[in-house]
Order: sequence, then C-alpha cells, then structure tokens
Amino acid sequence: MYSEKVMEHFRNPRNVGEIPDADGVGTVGNPVCGDVMTIYIKVKDNRLVDIKFKTFGCGAAVATSSMITELAKGKTLDEAVKITRTDVADSLGGLPPIKMHCSNLAADALHEAIKDYQKKKEAKKK
Amino acid sequence: MRRVYMDHTAGMPVDSRVLEAMKPYFENIYGNPSSLHSFAQEARKGLESAREKVASLINAEKAEEIVFTSCATESNNWAIRGVAARNQDRGSRIITTSIEHMSVMNVCKYLTKQGFKVSFLPVDNYGIVDCEALKKELTDETILVSVMYANGEIGTIEPIKEVSEIVHSKNAYLHVDATAAVGQIPVDVQNEGIDLLTLSSNDMYGSKGVGALYIKKGARLEPLIYGGGQERGLRSGTENLPGIVGIGKAAELVKAEMGDEGKRLSKLRDKFIKGLLNRIPYSFLNGHPSKRLPNNVAVRFSFIEGESMLLNLDMAGVAASSGSACTAKTLEPSHVLRAIGLKHEEAHGSLLFTLGRQNSEEDVDYVVGLLPDIVKRLRTMSPLTPKELRESV
Repeated sequence: MYSEKVMEHFRNPRNVGEIPDADGVGTVGNPVCGDVMTIYIKVKDNRLVDIKFKTFGCGAAVATSSMITELAKGKTLDEAVKITRTDVADSLGGLPPIKMHCSNLAADALHEAIKDYQKKKEAKKK
Repeated sequence: MRRVYMDHTAGMPVDSRVLEAMKPYFENIYGNPSSLHSFAQEARKGLESAREKVASLINAEKAEEIVFTSCATESNNWAIRGVAARNQDRGSRIITTSIEHMSVMNVCKYLTKQGFKVSFLPVDNYGIVDCEALKKELTDETILVSVMYANGEIGTIEPIKEVSEIVHSKNAYLHVDATAAVGQIPVDVQNEGIDLLTLSSNDMYGSKGVGALYIKKGARLEPLIYGGGQERGLRSGTENLPGIVGIGKAAELVKAEMGDEGKRLSKLRDKFIKGLLNRIPYSFLNGHPSKRLPNNVAVRFSFIEGESMLLNLDMAGVAASSGSACTAKTLEPSHVLRAIGLKHEEAHGSLLFTLGRQNSEEDVDYVVGLLPDIVKRLRTMSPLTPKELRESV
C-alpha cells in the first residue's frame, strides 16, 4: 500500500520530539479524524535552524511529518511557506489517494508554526 | 522471521481435508446435478450430502431449508430484501441493530429509500443489543428483525434466544447473521427460534466463495435469482458444486472439532487479553469479557492510532486488523466501535486479533511480548500522550 520511502520514514522518523523553547508551534488535525500533528520550530536570522514533530496518526501521518522536517530544516521562512502538501507527497514517492486528504497535513502544520512565530514576533514589537 | 497470522476473521486457510473432498468435483464428478444420467446422480449426491451436513451443523429440521449462495454478504442481502419484498402486504417496518455487518446495514439503508421504515437498535457498552428497545420498536407492522449472532469486530455474543422470543411475540421474522459464530460456537436454529440464518464457508476453514442461507420451512421470501429453478427455485443457476462440497465438508469437520478447539482458543484468548491489559497502561478490552467468541481479542490503547500499530506489528511478522478509519475505504472509524460508546480517538486506537487453528501459545507470547514496545514507541511520538505517561514509559 505504501511506497518504500514512506515505510522508511515510518520506521525511522526524523526529528521526533518537542522543542521546549520553540519560537513557533503549529498543531493541525483532530483526534476525531485520526490524525493530529504538532510541529515545533526554532528560527534564527529568518531561517529554520531546528524543527521537530509529534504525531498521532497512521503510517502516512508519521511519514509526512518526518518528511516535512527534512524538507524544511535550514530553509528560510519564505522558502518554507512555499512547501506544499504535494511536495511532501512527491518527496515520499506518492501516497495512497485516500491518504492525500486525511493524513497529509504536515505542510499545514509547518505553515501554522511559521504563522505562530510571526504572530509572536509582531506581539513583541508592540 | 517468525510469522504469526491473527486475522482469521478477514480470511482463513482452507482445511486440507476440505480441499481433498473438493478435488474429485473438479476432476471426475462434473455432471450437472439437474440432469438425468448417472453422471448427474453422482453430482447430485455430493450436493445433497453437503446440504445435510450444513443443516446438521446448525440443527435445521430439514436439509432443504439450506440454500447455497456465494457468500455471507449475498445471504444477508437476500434475506433482508427477499423478506421485505415478499411481505409488504403485512407491513413495512424492519428492525436491526447498530452493530451489524455492512452487508446488513447497507441493505437496510437501501430499503429506507424504498419506503420501508428501518430502526437501528442501540447496544450497551459491551455491544449487547437492547432488548427493551426491541420491545418498544416491535409492532404489528414489523415484518423482519435482523440481529447478528455474534459480532466479529468486538467478539460479543448476542442473546438470540431472548431476541427470538420477543420477535415472535409479534408476527415478524427473525434473521440472524451468524457468519462470525458458525463454526466457532454451537448454533441451533430450532432451539433458538431462528427463521433465517446467514453463514459462510470461509469462516470455518471451508471453500472460498460459498455461503448459505437457512430458510425455515414456511418462511416467505422472494427468490434471489430467476432461471432454471435450482435451489428450490429460490436461487437459480448451475450450482458451484466443488465449493458446495467444500462447505459441506467444513461443516462436518467443525461440528466434530469445535468443542475442543473452542476450549483451546478461549484459553489462548484469555491469556492474550490478560497479558496485554496487564503489561500496557491505558489499555482496554473492546466487547464483552465472557459472552465472547473464543477466537476474538479486541483491544484498544489510548493516545495512539491503529494503523501505526498494525504497520509495526507487520514489520515483526504479525498480521492483525484494526477498527481504524485509515485502513478502511472510508474515513469514519468503525460504526461498531462508535455504537458501543467509544469516542473517535478511542475507536482509532483499536486492534483486532482473531485467532485460529494454527495459532499456538508461543504465538500469543510473541505478540504479548512485542506490543508493549510498539505502544511505548508510538506514545512517545504522540502529542496526545499525557506528560506523566510520556515520562514514565
């Protein structure tokens, strides 16, 4: 059902965990649907210097979370917000059609984390 | 790597003795049972002997009360649609439960569009049907009540005799989907007062693609297939003779062996359940603790999701199943798990192991040994895991 790449990320997920003093945190999904993802980011000079995730969900949910941390790490914020769900799925060698909607939330979680960071930054300015 | 198959509800191996019994009907006995000559007589003998064996397994009064179909889904569809269509003059109300197999649920939903009024009875937290609700719903207009014998997803066995007494206090028929039960536990259509009963061959190590519908003599239902009049004119079409011989042999074998095998499996089941619940915090049993199919281990683990557990088990050679939406074709978690009162996230964290003949105590020990680490690993990863549990695991 899953590509070898998905299974590889599921078996060895990258960057699992929390960042206690994260600059931005984004949570998307809902236990009702069976998928919840939280992405933690650390930002320095407008660049994602660290990123970690926690995920409740199926194999695709775990693999997409892991993949987005790889795709985003080291990128500038401008580059990171351009990462789409399709990019994540493509990098994993594709996802089963039913998983494209329910479990491919990692890009959304990253974008939420970046928004959270920017909101906090704005608040500090004031 | 060790390989352990614990998904018997989804698919079972064909018993080698069944296969042996079927073989001549592929090679040497090929006459059409409806023909006149001696070739046909041989075939007819095989057909009728299979019918007698299936009848005997469920204690049907007469062999002709058994009609062969292609699967349990067909039997369920036919029983419900056939009774509904044939008895419209008597009423348009149908009652079923909220934990039936999709092949009952979806036919009932279809019938609501055809003008029938269908009620779905609630069940308690163990999955036992609410008989008081049945009494309230049952009227003179009710033509059919369909209640499963046992639920394959949570293992719970329904009080069919009690249900039957209520149903027959009015003029309704009782259909019982006994697919998960027949071959696992004794089923007696006469003693339990069942009018129509669904069973399947593959759920008792029999041939694939064969089911049966028991139709008590005198029960009125429309034929399923019109044609040459086979199966008493109820389901025309040349019989699947090797398959039917296979269900007959399977019925004969499980009738003789299910007593001992049931005891053996119940012991394994209880050891399995106890082992998991003792070793894993926040783990729970789905379904009834004692009114339970001998082969059914349905459990759930908080804060994690079923498919992730299944993938981890599969990596360790273990085949199981889940109530998880992600493994199904729809996104909703199992309607059965929702009906017994589980929240969505609890339903998503459910696993189903269904044991069978080839499973040993070592298999159970192996899986009970594996799961705590899998659960721990996924809980470490889950944002839903409470902090204190994360630190202790």
